[in-house]
Amino acid sequence: MAVRQALRRAGGRLLATQGAMAPAALGVAGRGLSTSAEPITLEIPVPFKGHNVEPPSRTVETSAQELTEFFRTMFVMRRMEIAADSLYKSKFIRGFCHLYDGQEAVCVGMEAALNDKDCIITAYRDHCTHLGRGGTVLEVFAELMGRKDGCSLGKGGSMHMYNKKGGFYGGNGIVGAQTPLGAGLAFAQKYLKVEGVTLAMYGDGAANQGQLFEAMNISALWDLPVLYVCENNHYGMGTAEWRSAKSPEYYKRGDYVPGLKVDGMDCLAVKQAVKFAKEYALKNGPMVLEMDTYRYHGHSMSDPGSTYRTRDEISGVRQERDPIERIRKLLLSHEIATVAELKTIEKEAKKEVEDALAKAKESPSPDSEELFSHIYRKSYGAQAYGADRKEVVVTLP
Amino acid sequence: MLGALSRNRPLLALLRGGNGGDKAASAALWAASKRFMSSDNTITVREALNSAIDEEMSADNKVFVMGEEVGEYQGAYKVTKGLLQKFGPDRVLDTPITEAGFTGLGVGAAMYGLKPIVEFMTFNFAMQAIDHLINSAAKTNYMSGGTINVPIVFRGPNGAAAGVAAQHSQCFAAWYGQVPGLKVLVPYDAEDARGLMKAAIRDPDPVVFLENELLYGESFPVSQEVLDPSFTLPIGKAKIMREGDDLTIVTFSKMVGYALKAADELAKEGISVEVVNLRSIRPLDRETINASVRKTSRLLTLEEGWPQHGVGAEICASVVEESFYYLDAPVERICGADVPMPYAANLERLAVPQVRLGSVGLYGSRVKKRCADACM
Repeated sequence: MAVRQALRRAGGRLLATQGAMAPAALGVAGRGLSTSAEPITLEIPVPFKGHNVEPPSRTVETSAQELTEFFRTMFVMRRMEIAADSLYKSKFIRGFCHLYDGQEAVCVGMEAALNDKDCIITAYRDHCTHLGRGGTVLEVFAELMGRKDGCSLGKGGSMHMYNKKGGFYGGNGIVGAQTPLGAGLAFAQKYLKVEGVTLAMYGDGAANQGQLFEAMNISALWDLPVLYVCENNHYGMGTAEWRSAKSPEYYKRGDYVPGLKVDGMDCLAVKQAVKFAKEYALKNGPMVLEMDTYRYHGHSMSDPGSTYRTRDEISGVRQERDPIERIRKLLLSHEIATVAELKTIEKEAKKEVEDALAKAKESPSPDSEELFSHIYRKSYGAQAYGADRKEVVVTLP
Repeated sequence: MLGALSRNRPLLALLRGGNGGDKAASAALWAASKRFMSSDNTITVREALNSAIDEEMSADNKVFVMGEEVGEYQGAYKVTKGLLQKFGPDRVLDTPITEAGFTGLGVGAAMYGLKPIVEFMTFNFAMQAIDHLINSAAKTNYMSGGTINVPIVFRGPNGAAAGVAAQHSQCFAAWYGQVPGLKVLVPYDAEDARGLMKAAIRDPDPVVFLENELLYGESFPVSQEVLDPSFTLPIGKAKIMREGDDLTIVTFSKMVGYALKAADELAKEGISVEVVNLRSIRPLDRETINASVRKTSRLLTLEEGWPQHGVGAEICASVVEESFYYLDAPVERICGADVPMPYAANLERLAVPQVRLGSVGLYGSRVKKRCADACM
């Protein structure tokens, strides 16, 4: 999947190739799955709301291929997060585990509007964001389980996944800290004249952080190409937005920074908004994008997620707004795929995730020496002590 | 001054605002501006820092400076004087008074690959941004399995100034010195300032560069080698400022000057003091410290900061761990008093170590007694 995304980012579209899709999966009408790049024009159902900016058109151009990719990618992400849930319950994953299922449309829709010159930085709910930037399911699982083949060599864990080459700067554990960091990435892009933007993502909980406003002020002052993307899933841990924000209209909170409110459960709306905002930011400076989204899981694996919201609410969103189901309906209604073909895609996605999981379980724990590696990029022969200072004194690598 | 300037074309050209200059031009500027120093080969710590930053900015386009008043104001303490004129507003940035925001921005820029020098007007204000120094900068290379390093320098005055009271006088050496992933440098004289600043800017990891406001205006003689644009000092190596046989004083920053003065006084009493200038809190040069104590058999640590869990505490622990049997007397510490810094001048004097000239100082008498005891 990383390869496919790399190809996409290289600007080339996978034309008419069946990829991993079983060629035998013929639909009822006897034709193969359509992976045409022919443009399909659709209307985004939920209107955008603008703050100090004229929202983009609700007419969006997509293609069979893009929609199919959306479906497959989100399905893989969904399976991955559900597998992570089981892994955590069987104690393969320790500590924190914040799952993204329900929110997939945000990172998938974003990627459709970005390229390899752009950067993303987010908070700790980062497994799927990491995947979207070119990470693999194997390195996510291995990292979650603290193994060598993890993207951070097992030394970071759930909240600290990075991919510098892919323009992904984490994975940050401290709520809100990623927003000025994102402004810094945008500053560097502008300084080095890279025609790219940075998406600094944060949640409704982080939206009240002072440093976010400090970052917005500087980015607006210096015209930095940064998009502040608020993934509003309406709950900051156990606190609903109306209990933590005097104004939960997060797209307006930038004040002098224009904002857009977007249906975050709709890949195409997200894609349209990010495309629009990226163009804006490259010329004018920051914009806020509020993605109206929802997480099915609780805040983390230690939160059942049902003490501060009703099960009816959760199942209601799943029924009405699930991002994968939305794309499924589009694929079926536009006769891009049949039910059977979609089932095949799902089966393959499940297999991809299961294979990655099996491989990740085989990955060994890091060697003990890794305790002392990467403290510095350059150590000058400095020494570090282990817990037993007499036994363990290491000259840093 | 302006007359002299007008005769100097390379200097003028650069001051008119080049787009970064180059190494040769920078050296020419430096040679020309030496004319304006107090005497040949004597420079102030301020000039040392300014020239170091200037040269490194000329040598590497990725280096930039940001902080409050660093640009148009020429620097709150004039350390960044002239840099805006020379390098322009894209590389010398005046920030709003929002430490958390601009420090995070600097760290993010460093993660991408730029080399920011973030000035804190004093390190007291860095507390507003300390999460970024520790969690965003220090730990990232480790957490990312070595894929994202943070080549940033955080610099500014640290510790007590004069009469600035409790919220503006804290020494942060011990706090930052504790953190794996940070390098913490503490220059004393002009040579330290130049060499360590250049090393810090070139360093691929986050460096906390603790200066001292009262040292900025002090002049020190420096060799030609120090003035060369390629001059750097190694990070993690202490310097023996003065050799001695009876006692090792380990100290850093402004207190190095105090230790040297005290050593002069003690020499009159026949006590020979070795003064170790740490230059680097992290990595700590345990080798030099212990080698010195093994020679003199007595240790005294000297710092301005608070005593509990201070820098001296770590040095004492290190010496006790590694050189216990060489000690002829228990290790001693002299630190700032365990109080928030008072404003009244007499109380302020009581709150930080002093050298009492004339009669051998506070610790001198203790040391003298200890030496005398040992000789019994």
